[in-house]
Amino acid sequence: MSNKKIIPIGPYHPLQEEPELFKLYCEGEIVKDIKWETGYNHRGIEKLSEQKTFDQVFFLVERICGICSTSHPFAFANAMEEIADIEVPDRAKYIRTIIGELERLHSHLLWVGLAGHFLGYNTVFMWAWKYREPVLDLFEMITGNRNSYAMFKIGGVRRDITDPQIREIKKVMQVVKRKTDLLTGAVMDDPVIHARTKGVGILTKKDIADYAAVGPTARASGVDIDIRRDDPYAAYGLVDWKVITAEAGDVFAKAEVRLLEMYESIKIIEQCLNKMKREKEGDTEIQVREIPEGIGTGRAEAPRGEVFHFVVTDGSNSPVRHKIRAPSYVNIATFKKSCVGQTIADATISLAAVDPCYCCTERMAVAYDFASKERLYSGYELLDISRRKTEKIKTQKSQ
Amino acid sequence: MAENLFYFLVFPGLLFAGVVGGLLSWFDRKVTAWVQFRRGPVLMQPFYDFLKLLLVKETIVPARGSVLTFLSAPVLALSGASISAALILLPAFGITSGFRGDIIVIFYLLTIPSISYVTGALASGNPLASVGASREIKLLIGFELTLLLIFATVIMKSGMNISLYEIIAYQQQNGALIGSLSGVLLFIPLIFCIQAKLGMVPFDIAEAETELSGGAFIEYSGPPYAMIKFTKYIMLFVLPALAVVLLLGGLSLTGTSILWSVLKILAVVLLLTLIRNTNPRLKVGQAMRFFFIWMNALVLIAIILTYSGL
Repeated sequence: MSNKKIIPIGPYHPLQEEPELFKLYCEGEIVKDIKWETGYNHRGIEKLSEQKTFDQVFFLVERICGICSTSHPFAFANAMEEIADIEVPDRAKYIRTIIGELERLHSHLLWVGLAGHFLGYNTVFMWAWKYREPVLDLFEMITGNRNSYAMFKIGGVRRDITDPQIREIKKVMQVVKRKTDLLTGAVMDDPVIHARTKGVGILTKKDIADYAAVGPTARASGVDIDIRRDDPYAAYGLVDWKVITAEAGDVFAKAEVRLLEMYESIKIIEQCLNKMKREKEGDTEIQVREIPEGIGTGRAEAPRGEVFHFVVTDGSNSPVRHKIRAPSYVNIATFKKSCVGQTIADATISLAAVDPCYCCTERMAVAYDFASKERLYSGYELLDISRRKTEKIKTQKSQ
Repeated sequence: MAENLFYFLVFPGLLFAGVVGGLLSWFDRKVTAWVQFRRGPVLMQPFYDFLKLLLVKETIVPARGSVLTFLSAPVLALSGASISAALILLPAFGITSGFRGDIIVIFYLLTIPSISYVTGALASGNPLASVGASREIKLLIGFELTLLLIFATVIMKSGMNISLYEIIAYQQQNGALIGSLSGVLLFIPLIFCIQAKLGMVPFDIAEAETELSGGAFIEYSGPPYAMIKFTKYIMLFVLPALAVVLLLGGLSLTGTSILWSVLKILAVVLLLTLIRNTNPRLKVGQAMRFFFIWMNALVLIAIILTYSGL
């Protein structure tokens, strides 16, 4: 790789607002190979979770991702309810679905804006984020927070949606629908956007299978998967909607899938609001006294794809093991496939097209020797290394 | 001699063009803000930006770069821009009549900022800057031919005059050159050439914040970057002024026609701003194709129309 020049994306780069490092090995402007380094932002969420009570874990997993902050509690609730064998009341199901879909709306609007920004189209950026505001205001009205809503608990939801709020949500949905029409028109019909995104960063069905990609990334390549339909949870089985797919697999297809999914989200929310009225007001939770010993898996379709939570309990008040897999973990890896052979200009938008979320994804890696299967570092050894490094920095500073 | 120095440094060169360019930059940013539902900067913001870079921020020089080339590039760019400002604005305001063939000199002087950016970027030794530099060169190759053809057609249309002063005089007698079909056809590629020269979206390819995080300018900081900013202000005034002089009947500093001149400049800048706010960034190959095929074709049609007297 001597004659190839390294173009870095990260650790600080205007493309992604999180710490990550992609080294693009380029010849001229053509990307020949990439190396990916993350791990700047490991927070030890899974370990922390084992030290907290079940109620506290909800607030913890909510903070895994700032944008899709309901999908993690959603998946965790699904896992816990599987262990405890609970069926939540219908009204709670509808509320959960509404929160989940509102989140998808604001997350997709955010992505459309960012994608515009990455292409240098700052007007789309500002417009999309302006139209995202009413959705965040709705969250503030329903939950008290614009983000990290703290709505979920084992057995139901923490707050009810009242009738005046239902009317307000319906009104805002009409506004968002109009604005989505406008954005969709602006993005779908712009010839320059076509020139920049069509045929760029193509992922074939095989690539999706190879990298096990999920969510809109997979659906844009014609892979028809959606946890909401394949493994219905909350109220997704009770309302009428369809999974959006596209065939091309390029950046444009990913934009198309996300934009059209927003219409489905609005449809789901409106149906949930109508059906919710038939349920008794205030019937939003069932009391759960004890969590038995058991193993539970919870899945939820986050805006970026499948979130997977695996929880082991032993009858005490906190998880014994809690394993989380965020969708970006698999989606970011597809970048290796989508960017090699393209120019730098295409590579950046290909990366952004999977809507990567690094802080969801960061994991601690334990290295095994391939031949002897020996563990190369234990957790204590790593801690020791880190302490020695801190000591070194301190002594250097003091000298 | 003293008079010439005054022309280059104060009016209408460096200082005047820079201040007017700064105000135009505010106009550009304010209109952008309106388009994007934002409030936008205060009137003095471009000058605050400039002064902060000049007076407060430190100069950081890349350790592995060529320091002399790196630091002299902004100076070269600024001098190229201010001399071309003087050469364009002196005949445009009717202060002096310029000299025969000044339009050709102006064409060369206007490329000096771009060339300096390239030199400075390559001297910095940053890989992102080198990609930015290569993109700038490609873009330059793309639009320079179109610009040259536009200049040639304007010369043809104004009775084979190669002096800016005479081109203006011709337009004052026979009406602005844009008043004909070929003039309109020339105006479109001219606007896009200016857009590319100013490095505005869709041609901010060399800078490409989200790809190259500043590209050619990534290593610049403090006073050298202030100079680059000032160069950009000057160019933001000079290039629209050139468009007005070549096709829209020229500028004037007398009586009520000042208002008319200001409106012409503002209209051109407004057009540039709207283009930059309604388009994503092109790839460099697409930009080159755009100029080589489409814009050159437009100019060639304009040349044919000029021959047939339209």
